Amino acid sequence: MNRKVYGKLIFELSREGRRGYAVPRSGLTADDVENKPTLPEGMRRSAPLNLPEVDEPTAVRHYNNMSTNNFGVDTGFYPLGSCTMKYNPKINEEMAAHSCFAGLHPSTPAFAAQGALELYWTLQKSLCEIGGMEEFTLNPFAGAQGELTGLMVIRAYHASRGEGEKRRKVIVPDSAHGTNPASAAVCGLEVVEVKSREDGTVDVADLEPLLDDSVAAIMLTNPNTLGIFEKDIPRIASLVHQAGALMYYDGANLNPLLGVARPGDMGFDVMHVNLHKTFSTPHGGGGPGSGPVGVRKGLEKFLPNPRVVRRTETPEGFPVKDTDRYAIEYSPISLGSVSATLGNFAVQARALAYILTLGSDGLMDAGKLATLNATYIKESLKDCYLLPIEGLSKHEFVFDGLRDKSTGVTTLNIAKRLLDHGYHAPTIYFPLLFHESLMIEPTETESRETLDEFIAAMRDIAREAAEDPETVKTAPHLTPVTRPDDTTAALNPILTFDNL
Amino acid sequence: MHRYFPHTPADIKEMLDRCGVSSLDDLYGDVDSSLRLKQPYNLPQGMDETAVRRYFDHLAKKNVTIDVCFAGGGFYDHGCPAAVKSIASRSEFLTAYTPYQPEISQGTLQYIFEYQTMMSRLTGMDISNASMYDGATATAEAVLMAVASQRKRNLVLVSATLSPDVRRVVDTYANYHGVELATIPAEDGETSRAELARMLDERGKEVAGVVVPSPNYYGIIENHEGLADLCHSHKALLIVNCVASTLAVLKTPGELGADIACGDAQSLGIPLSFGGPYLGFLCATKALMRKMPGRIVGATTDSEGRRCFVLTLQAREQHIRREKATSNICSNQGLMTLWVSAYMSLVGAGGLREINEASSLMARYLLEKMTSDGRARLRYPSKPFLNEFLLETDYSVDSLIAAAIRKGGILPGIKVDDHTILMAATEMQTRHDADHLFEIAKTCV
Repeated sequence: MNRKVYGKLIFELSREGRRGYAVPRSGLTADDVENKPTLPEGMRRSAPLNLPEVDEPTAVRHYNNMSTNNFGVDTGFYPLGSCTMKYNPKINEEMAAHSCFAGLHPSTPAFAAQGALELYWTLQKSLCEIGGMEEFTLNPFAGAQGELTGLMVIRAYHASRGEGEKRRKVIVPDSAHGTNPASAAVCGLEVVEVKSREDGTVDVADLEPLLDDSVAAIMLTNPNTLGIFEKDIPRIASLVHQAGALMYYDGANLNPLLGVARPGDMGFDVMHVNLHKTFSTPHGGGGPGSGPVGVRKGLEKFLPNPRVVRRTETPEGFPVKDTDRYAIEYSPISLGSVSATLGNFAVQARALAYILTLGSDGLMDAGKLATLNATYIKESLKDCYLLPIEGLSKHEFVFDGLRDKSTGVTTLNIAKRLLDHGYHAPTIYFPLLFHESLMIEPTETESRETLDEFIAAMRDIAREAAEDPETVKTAPHLTPVTRPDDTTAALNPILTFDNL
Repeated sequence: MHRYFPHTPADIKEMLDRCGVSSLDDLYGDVDSSLRLKQPYNLPQGMDETAVRRYFDHLAKKNVTIDVCFAGGGFYDHGCPAAVKSIASRSEFLTAYTPYQPEISQGTLQYIFEYQTMMSRLTGMDISNASMYDGATATAEAVLMAVASQRKRNLVLVSATLSPDVRRVVDTYANYHGVELATIPAEDGETSRAELARMLDERGKEVAGVVVPSPNYYGIIENHEGLADLCHSHKALLIVNCVASTLAVLKTPGELGADIACGDAQSLGIPLSFGGPYLGFLCATKALMRKMPGRIVGATTDSEGRRCFVLTLQAREQHIRREKATSNICSNQGLMTLWVSAYMSLVGAGGLREINEASSLMARYLLEKMTSDGRARLRYPSKPFLNEFLLETDYSVDSLIAAAIRKGGILPGIKVDDHTILMAATEMQTRHDADHLFEIAKTCV
């Protein structure tokens, strides 16, 4: 990463009269049509459109220089807890850009898009196998929208049983990510918090009295936000089901379960996965992601429209022609639509390429190696960082800041000092169970050497915190910019160049 | 081990020693054996890259090759400079997460700031957020935003001329969120102003917002003059759903006096990719800034006085507000905002104008060609359109679509009913393509 800030804005490079693209010539002129295309005066844009005027070399250099002030997985180690920043394989990019799919319009009739639909269906089925679910939809665009879709499935299910009005509560652990309660609220459900035990697992004694016929579902991650496996999950599932509610699995932490266990086998009824976490599609600076939703048998009819299905025979019982094998369907009792199309198809294509590349054998190893990497860091640093919960953890774990609290060095300081060492910071101040949460998730694609170097850097920071705390507290020192003024940004928001 | 996993057997052994366990399975000693996978996944064994390519090629061959796309409906076959793809492939952009650490994310933050600037200029609105998933969800979020910003108003009026694909998503969000929707009927292909006025007179005190499209689903550029005043006189917000690229030439939501502009920015050079990823945009007046869902980037200075950019106004968001957040959205379409910013920079205002002119001219030519033998006609002949129109045909639309794809590699449009098809043109088609489609149409019955 370039440690000197580039900082120019494209608007500052603009010079009147420059251009960076030649619009294709169709050969048509106004003489080729009888009625000239004209816009009535009142429908025309009156203010001139002010966009940058730049030539191609200037534009390319501008963005490339900007990119050098950015840190990605391809730049270095990115142990951002709960985000599963694993390596994004390059073959996936090539497949996502395949010319036979890139130009395909979403309204292309099924007979002409059998390959695309087969790709979609194959990924649905692969996720069913990995999740232990009956059916999947790939339509949701992100994890948060997957949650929302999953909760809509749950509401549609209760409504179909005449309990739609009665069951309006969703139980969410107090350790959950903020998206869970936000998704429930957007879905028109009331959030009830269940207390976590010290290790972030659900307190079954606290849960039991909450379970009555007003509850629609409980939302859980497993392993939880501390990376700890929810041991009581069969008991929780049985209590929740006895109360007539459903189990929702937030797939944010699915990665360590690859090759080990399936949410469907744990009693979950509905789940989402983040293709941009577990299935290696790039995060793209915040998107596009993809948040497919899986359901157990009996709930598939509520999945969002449109649906991709595979047919083996016609309604009359004849074998289906190859051109009619995969079809797009709209179910009348579906929850509705959460997307205008079948979702982020190019992201789905990457995920399928990943599953094919790893295969059953590679997938069987991925989860365990992710857990090994995380546990290795944890065990190597717990003498200088405070490990609030001892015992087995999975793909990620949480330190509660430094062991030595006398230095005044906070988790934020440590995170910023890590930037100077050439690492992305871990997730900080989440979960909310501890004051100084530092959540580390290395993923399975990091080598032992990388982990050892990171461990050395973390130890170095712990030593520095004791010997020279000021240097840590004033970090970062070696980044393109340092300690931006967030307060002024929020008090006096400047959101466009025109307000600068 | 698989080539994506760097672990040697010696690494694993030594790492397990450090962890105080003797096998990888021991790391899962807390997972009850009844929950453990009993056998490997029923999936194929891992493939090498050549095998993966062959598999995708094999799938691709099952598609019918389509070289010419006259289908629109909100998503258009516009071209894109090669440089855009190259810029968006930079792995520092591609493999970064949401810019939580501004010190090492200035690249992402800066292109989002540029995007917000360009979108606010394009729509004529004060501000833009850092983008939404797609145009349909952006419109749904605009509806929820209107309700959230208007106390005791829970009804949103939606024009019948809005795309049915967008409407389905708006319906779903509204239904589950408990927002009431009512449809403003169409009159001669346009939002009926008289009906809207009547609805506002009847239930004006309940109406939080009014959603109208421009251009509408039939390609018609509706006359929204005076609409904002009508909505505002009832204290309802005006939400305009638009097609991003057309705003280079059409009256902008800002000029119309809209409170919220939303829609899909796929038309700014994003590949069709069978439905995504696209880009939803959401722009608003400054008054609605703190009701805006999603990420927003702002400019500030660092401790040494250098201009820099950060995620801002985060007090609105789910990780702070939890169930009281304005939306559950966490991400944006990061990379696609880079895509359209680079597109707008390279193409520029002049290029966008030329693209609109070329698309519009091609649409005229296509229309005149398709209607030249009297077997098809414009459904709303008196209404202005830009690059998309509704065509009524004497022949079956199904037969046209099937024949055009099979014989010509042409997707002729989107079927609306058995004898109505929605057709769109862009700068990417040629006179020959339109002529060819007409020749095929002549054979249809």
